[in-house]
Amino acid sequence: MSDKRKELIVSAISNGTVIDHIPTENVFQVIKILGLHKLSNPLYFGTNLESKKFGSKGIIKVSDKYFEPEEINKIALVAPSATLIEIHDYEVVRKSTVTIPEKVDKMVKCFNPNCITNKEDVSTKFTVLYDEAGNLKLACHYCEKNTSKENIVFI
Amino acid sequence: MKNRSLVSINDYSKEEIIRILDLAETFEAQPRQEILKGKVIASLFFEPSTRTRLSFESAAMQLGASVIGFSSAATTSVQKGETLNDTILTVSNYSDLIVMRHPVDGAARYASEVAPVPIINAGDGANQHPTQCLLDLYSIRKTQGTLDNLDITFVGDLKYGRTVHSLTMALCHFNTRFHLVSPPELKLPSAVKRHIKDAKLQYEQYTDMSEVIPKSDILYMTRIQRERFPDPLEYERVKNSYNLVNSMLDNGKPNLKILHPLPRVNEIHTDVDSNPMAYYFQQAQNGIYVRQALMASILGNK
Repeated sequence: MSDKRKELIVSAISNGTVIDHIPTENVFQVIKILGLHKLSNPLYFGTNLESKKFGSKGIIKVSDKYFEPEEINKIALVAPSATLIEIHDYEVVRKSTVTIPEKVDKMVKCFNPNCITNKEDVSTKFTVLYDEAGNLKLACHYCEKNTSKENIVFI
Repeated sequence: MKNRSLVSINDYSKEEIIRILDLAETFEAQPRQEILKGKVIASLFFEPSTRTRLSFESAAMQLGASVIGFSSAATTSVQKGETLNDTILTVSNYSDLIVMRHPVDGAARYASEVAPVPIINAGDGANQHPTQCLLDLYSIRKTQGTLDNLDITFVGDLKYGRTVHSLTMALCHFNTRFHLVSPPELKLPSAVKRHIKDAKLQYEQYTDMSEVIPKSDILYMTRIQRERFPDPLEYERVKNSYNLVNSMLDNGKPNLKILHPLPRVNEIHTDVDSNPMAYYFQQAQNGIYVRQALMASILGNK
């Protein structure tokens, strides 16, 4: 019951997508990565909402917009725990989670200041790797240096 | 390999590396062959590197190719603010192959993506220098008769030395036992060690080189640069601990050879030069044959 009340803190939508369980500090980043600020669709979001699982969370609702998996997987770097809920006529028709992609293009800056992507107008491209401890790293296609998770800066 | 760029040593499989080394042997036997007559090779050195540039240009000329280019960015339109993209596209109109050296990491990969002609990376910043790696492999094979199952010791700055990183990765194809000698602050980065582990090979780390000399087939020396140390006192403390003098080689194996990518400063004493184990000057000469093999292979003449 309490869940329902929280959902309603941010207006319900008749058709569209709800992205729930976003780390609260990354809500604006998710909006930016998905380019939601450039859409003309109605967009609602909330931050610092109470969450049983995470303590606090953010949520985004965007009307009349559905995402392809490769599009939504872009947010996995900032919101790996996000839940995607598709709404048709106020009904939940599908719930899914996001998967960290194998390639990350044009989203993240290379941590190496001497990388060509930081020197000239060259888009970044990374392959996602995991070290022995299971930590995510991004291997730059150009300079071959790794950008670790704590050094990730979004473009 | 025809028309394919060489940016990183990891672009080549084990078989492709061996193919280049085999071909380099034929050029060592006969370095002057007019097989690239009529070809134009552009030699673009956005930062100076006299040794590498002259080696490439001599290699090309001995095969009959013409060479155009520049030896520093100071005299070019880069100075006027031209982008790398524009320089590369322009020069592609004038040449069949571009050899480039650039101070920025990843510049060669980017150039290989925009250029309609193949690129050979002659060093991109601190990243890759694959022809150095190939000439090191050639030198090892030539002096040891094989690349397989050797004890290879790297000494000096293993953290920043790009030649050490590339060579280590390439040697992972050949069941090498790695011995890594460095000050604690200049150890081989974990990303490179990961390659050794992934290949299920062994490495040992040391701070003193004397104990490892008797086990080594190859002693690969590198320069420790003062500017790598945040604390100058640290540099003073270690600077002389990795200096090789002739007397240290007394208990070396008969087949031991000493390599160095050059230039050396004081890490190998000149009294080593006359020891038959010293191989660093011949090593530089082998660069010619390896570069000839690469250019002939990429231009499709061999």
